Amino acid sequence: MFLDLFYGMRDEGIPVALQEWNTFLEALKRGLHGSSLFRFYHLARACLVKSETYFDAFDRVFARVFKGVEGELDITDEVLEWLRDPENFQELTPEQLAELERLSSDELMQRFLETLAEQDERHDGGGRWVGTGGRSPFGHGGQHPTGIRVGGKGQRRSAMKVAEERKFKDYRTDLNLDVRNFRLALKRLRQLTRTGLATELDLDETIDHTCRNAGEIDLVFRPPRKNEVRLLLLMDVGGTMDPYYEPMSQLLTALHEERGLREFEPYYFHNCIYDHVYSRARLLRTDALPTGDLLRRLDERWKVVIVGDAAMHPAELMEPHGGINPHATSPTPGVVWLQRIAGHFNRTVWVNPDDRTLWDQSHTTRVVQRLFTMFPLSVDGLGEAVHALVGARV
Amino acid sequence: MGDANDFQRFSGTPGYIASGPLVDAVNCAYALERPLLIKGEPGTGKTLLARHVAEGLEMPLLSWHIKSTSKAADGLYVYDTVQRLNDSRFGGGDVADIRNYIRLGPLGQSFAAEDRQVLLIDEIDKADLEFPNDLLLELDEMRFTIIETDEEIKARQRPVVIITSNNEKELPDAFLRRCIFHFIDFPDAELMRRIVDVHHPHLDATLLDQVLIKFYWLREQSELRKKPSTSELIDWISALLRSGISQDKIESHIPFLGALLKKEQDAEALARYDEKGGKYPSSWSDLGPRYNQ
Repeated sequence: MFLDLFYGMRDEGIPVALQEWNTFLEALKRGLHGSSLFRFYHLARACLVKSETYFDAFDRVFARVFKGVEGELDITDEVLEWLRDPENFQELTPEQLAELERLSSDELMQRFLETLAEQDERHDGGGRWVGTGGRSPFGHGGQHPTGIRVGGKGQRRSAMKVAEERKFKDYRTDLNLDVRNFRLALKRLRQLTRTGLATELDLDETIDHTCRNAGEIDLVFRPPRKNEVRLLLLMDVGGTMDPYYEPMSQLLTALHEERGLREFEPYYFHNCIYDHVYSRARLLRTDALPTGDLLRRLDERWKVVIVGDAAMHPAELMEPHGGINPHATSPTPGVVWLQRIAGHFNRTVWVNPDDRTLWDQSHTTRVVQRLFTMFPLSVDGLGEAVHALVGARV
Repeated sequence: MGDANDFQRFSGTPGYIASGPLVDAVNCAYALERPLLIKGEPGTGKTLLARHVAEGLEMPLLSWHIKSTSKAADGLYVYDTVQRLNDSRFGGGDVADIRNYIRLGPLGQSFAAEDRQVLLIDEIDKADLEFPNDLLLELDEMRFTIIETDEEIKARQRPVVIITSNNEKELPDAFLRRCIFHFIDFPDAELMRRIVDVHHPHLDATLLDQVLIKFYWLREQSELRKKPSTSELIDWISALLRSGISQDKIESHIPFLGALLKKEQDAEALARYDEKGGKYPSSWSDLGPRYNQ
């Protein structure tokens, strides 16, 4: 049963290794869970789970594994004695932990449970105990209203109740990307270089120069380190991109909040980039800016992130006047502009919100992939994209 | 390591109300001699915990407040080369003895101290991404060597290490694996009453009710960018008490909103709600079922 918890957690993708497990067993051995399943639950969580984002998954596993074990366990001295007696845990010394066998641990848990069950039988009305043998079905709480009070001594809350409430659902990250996740992924978007005025005292050089100078102090200054990354963001808006409004706006927020960037300029387009890009997402003619001007103004050191699904009608990409906006006809096909952008800048990436499996199904996406390295719009994908922008060249 | 019986147990202090699981987590970290990692919403008393653990366990507290420029090595020791250079130029101090220019950082001090210490490493996520990794060995073995003097500093008593994080950066797995983790949940009304009582004892019960109703109602408003936290509630009550505002005013309004809402947009959103003639709750039944069990 103990190991079910361990493997259950691993199945749920909670990163738990033997080291944490060891800690947990050590804590059990010392009787730190005291006398209730509620504290047992919290002890297990404190030792095994290292981020609130996994609390929900942990709750699910815990509820599954200990489904038959609900109740406020008033573990009496006898049990505590038993738990504290190292003899009972001899098979769990750290040396042997590595070869933990399912059987021995199940026996341990079984023993743990049996001892508790015996307590219940002897003290009628003592610890509330819902056994595995079906003596009392889970959730039968009429006689024992679960007092939901946290904090005080003796006011225990059923661990199953806590686990079943699943109140940590909101902290899960695999369901939604949020701004913070994006910000984490973007943290690496920096290239620290020393440029500008020498205003910072270089201690090592100062000492070195002073020594060479026979102890006559010779101060050496250097320019402070600054992030050199300038970022151009080109974002597809409207149409097929509408379902991605949420993650896109979060990405935009994250980029705006990323104060480390030397310069940041976002522009918008619809479907594909033609003769104009737009400074605002509403794509009005008054917001238009010639794409050529952009390329002239920004030098090749700018990092370019294009966000879009790249899935469109082939004509919209390949043919002159392919744009579907009748006001902004463009004699140059979109693909030529994409080629120019890819050629002008040293580092470019394409971030695609569509599921990766869809990429190869669209003809235009395949064409775009020949021009730009494409990454999915996820935290990991963004991390890789950032690496492609500032990491070492491969 | 001692056995289970002689654990000095932390059970909260008069000035700090800790939930049962938090007390257990502290005792677990204490007994197993692992660092305790504390996360939680801002303003739920993460930093305060360390001070009160020190008080509860009657141990001295050392604080190490992490900044974006903090380096792991600074926590161990700093070799003050500039002072030494200066002394050698102008003839102050004993330049020949390099030990005069080694200054132990908070972690180093906690190792070197005679008695067991509580060490707070505050806001570890403020530092560089690699920072926690650089401390792995030192936190594991509780010793390090001063390279300049080849002197080993080894903990006489393993300090109780409490680490707080605001989740600005992900912490490395290898580091997390060594910690006991506790996430401070936002206090429910019951616990909040006890917390408020510590800071504002003998507060009128109906006033406290009104204050809490408004507070939890505000926290439920999904438009808010930043939810008010415990520390803001405490400040707000101070403001209310000092102004001597009458109780019926609190029933129908939220005075001194600035103490609770720190973002301009949030204050504007509430002003709009006010303009539209929005009602403020005045009893617990106006709040959701969560508060009426």
